[in-house]
Amino acid sequence: MTDGWSWYVIILVVGNIVGVAWLLFATSQSNGKDEESTTGHVWDETLQEYNNPLPKWWLWLFVITIGMAIIYLYWYPGLGNYKGALKWTQMSQFEEAREDMIDRQKVAFEKFADLELTDLAKNEKAMGTASRLFSNNCASCHGSAAQGAKGFPNLTDNDWLYGNSPEQIEHSIVKGRAGVMPKLGLSDVQIVQVSNYVLTLSGREAEADAEEAKKGEALFATCIACHGPDAKGMHALGAPNLTDDIWLHGSELADIQDVIREGRQGQMPAHENLLTKAETRLLTAYVMSLSK
Amino acid sequence: MSEQAYNDKVVRQFSIITVLWGIVGMLVGVIIAAQLAWPALNFDVSFLTFSRLRPLHTNAVIFAFGGSALFATSYYVVQRTCQVPLFAPKLAAFTFWGWTLVIVLAAVTLPLGFTQSKEYAELIWPIDILITVVWVAYGIVFFGTIVKRKVSHIYVANWFFAAYIITIAVLHIVNNLAVPVSLTESYPVFSGAVDAMSQWWYGHNAVGFFLTAAFLGMMYYFIPKQANRPVYSYRLSVVHFWALISIYMWAGPHHLHYTALPDWAQSLGMVFSLILLAPSWGGMINGIMTLSGAWHKLRSDPILKFMIVSLSFYGMSTFEGPMMSIKTVNALSHYTDWTIGHVHSGALGWVAFIVIGSLYALIPKLYGKTEMYSTSMINTHFWLATIGVLLYIAAMWIAGVMQGLMWRAVNDDGTLTYTFIESIKATYPYYVVRFLGGLMFLGGMFLMAWNVMKTIKDVEPAVVTIKTPAVAAQGA
Repeated sequence: MTDGWSWYVIILVVGNIVGVAWLLFATSQSNGKDEESTTGHVWDETLQEYNNPLPKWWLWLFVITIGMAIIYLYWYPGLGNYKGALKWTQMSQFEEAREDMIDRQKVAFEKFADLELTDLAKNEKAMGTASRLFSNNCASCHGSAAQGAKGFPNLTDNDWLYGNSPEQIEHSIVKGRAGVMPKLGLSDVQIVQVSNYVLTLSGREAEADAEEAKKGEALFATCIACHGPDAKGMHALGAPNLTDDIWLHGSELADIQDVIREGRQGQMPAHENLLTKAETRLLTAYVMSLSK
Repeated sequence: MSEQAYNDKVVRQFSIITVLWGIVGMLVGVIIAAQLAWPALNFDVSFLTFSRLRPLHTNAVIFAFGGSALFATSYYVVQRTCQVPLFAPKLAAFTFWGWTLVIVLAAVTLPLGFTQSKEYAELIWPIDILITVVWVAYGIVFFGTIVKRKVSHIYVANWFFAAYIITIAVLHIVNNLAVPVSLTESYPVFSGAVDAMSQWWYGHNAVGFFLTAAFLGMMYYFIPKQANRPVYSYRLSVVHFWALISIYMWAGPHHLHYTALPDWAQSLGMVFSLILLAPSWGGMINGIMTLSGAWHKLRSDPILKFMIVSLSFYGMSTFEGPMMSIKTVNALSHYTDWTIGHVHSGALGWVAFIVIGSLYALIPKLYGKTEMYSTSMINTHFWLATIGVLLYIAAMWIAGVMQGLMWRAVNDDGTLTYTFIESIKATYPYYVVRFLGGLMFLGGMFLMAWNVMKTIKDVEPAVVTIKTPAVAAQGA
């Protein structure tokens, strides 16, 4: 803020406080008249006013709050560009609290540093920490029991879009993942055909229209680029396995048709700026332990 | 000319519609309280969702219920204490129909999702312009009446009404400055932290001038009248008036502690909120001490009970407010239901109680009667409302402090002890209690409506002729 604005603020603040203090002082003085009689004004036939002195305790309450205000404005920022005797800022308060937390966390995480991921997954204390990390960072999408939801993978079923090696899971957490099922531009007739074929892939022939499915098989050639010639999916792209009857976007025929028609954009957000390395490591072990 | 009568038609209109808007606004409040406890109650219908009904609730109780009550009582009080009829009676009639149109438009647009998304200033720009026009007309009627008064001294209630009318005009216009892009959409001229600051400068002064100063005006007329006692201290009213209106102006930034607002502005918001304690209490002392010497009347007069309890809640919430504005307290209370409890101890305990008490005193007079149809019904209303508001704020206090503690609880490993959803789960029983409290308060309003209907049924409106002020010469 420029000096001009700074003085503007200072003058208004000081002026208001001094003005109120002066008013308080002036009205607290006795006017010499008998204070039990009314001021002599009468409104609406019966409305009158006494002119009792200001209650002492109230007067002191007022003085004390003004005193506190002056002290506060000396210690803390408030008067324009004046930084306050303590040089306090909300950012410095935040940084301090954060550093204190990081120090405490270091101690807590030290004992996990030497453990292998498989041992970590068995360590009760580590998994306690990890499950709380999961609740606060992952559960809003993956569910409080990691059971997933429509569009959000179930982490307990041992079906992995991007693979279940420690490196792959860690990558998913740190860098995030973007899974794209493109909009294919098929006709409605073709969508019915290929969706029926997809049903048969996971052993649901009973539900599928055999004739349509047969026609759809030829169309599936478009799909193998991502889902693979055997329809078992591809970890590199996050393309789901279509043969296991596990459905990310719904298992009904209509759900499958909608996915083919509209496409899907899956987004696992990157957590590298949200979680420390040690926290990520614990979460990786935790996620691995979920599907056992 | 010698037999002039007060213009009470517009007072009657605003008084009766206040009861109606009270029921509507509080009913919507009870519905959204129920939705927080049982979310399925929005029935997946867009205009019944919490997000749309919540602004409808706040606008209805503040501007429809509170606003209409203020129009009614300020028009009544300014005439009685100036001992002249209203200036520009046609303009006064326009303010009734104009204000009512504003409320109806709000009740249509808000559920449809038309909003500026500024809290307590949600209404879209065409309605904002209508509000401005009505408000300027209000100012002309009020100040015109003051100018042509027959009593030389301006009564204290009118100071507060005057401050509220001027300040609300300024706040409303500045905070709603926007560039319209269509009939229903506009962009605010402020952005970022400046926008947030002007919003809360408006928001907190809506509390300070609409919900505090104006209702103090109401208090300064109806309590001495009802108790039939002189106001306790003229000089206390002078000092607390000027201190209150000058210091309230600064308090807005306490809504933006620990945000992008610069540190100095946050500090000033807190410091002035603290200084505000004594000026706020000045009004409470003046009201309560006016009653001293008439305490025995409390036993037989439930209207006075409403008034004294309103002052108690006023004192309590104006103590709580400065405490909550202290940064360390605010760090716990902010964003929790404690804030909701605080607002309602002011809005229900203070504002609604003083309105209800004043209307019970006013309505019989407007219809040439000495008292309401049923005094025992007023008594029942009093207890329903008192228990209702106590349940409400106790539930929100506990819920708010609990949420604040749960959100900040951190384990040694740096993880949060509780997830957000766990704090919601823990709040559930308090949401149910709050709903019950609100339901009781609403029940009291229905009793009031019944009582009012019985009082004014088959009765001709009273015509009150103006007597020449007895002490006009002395006052000069």
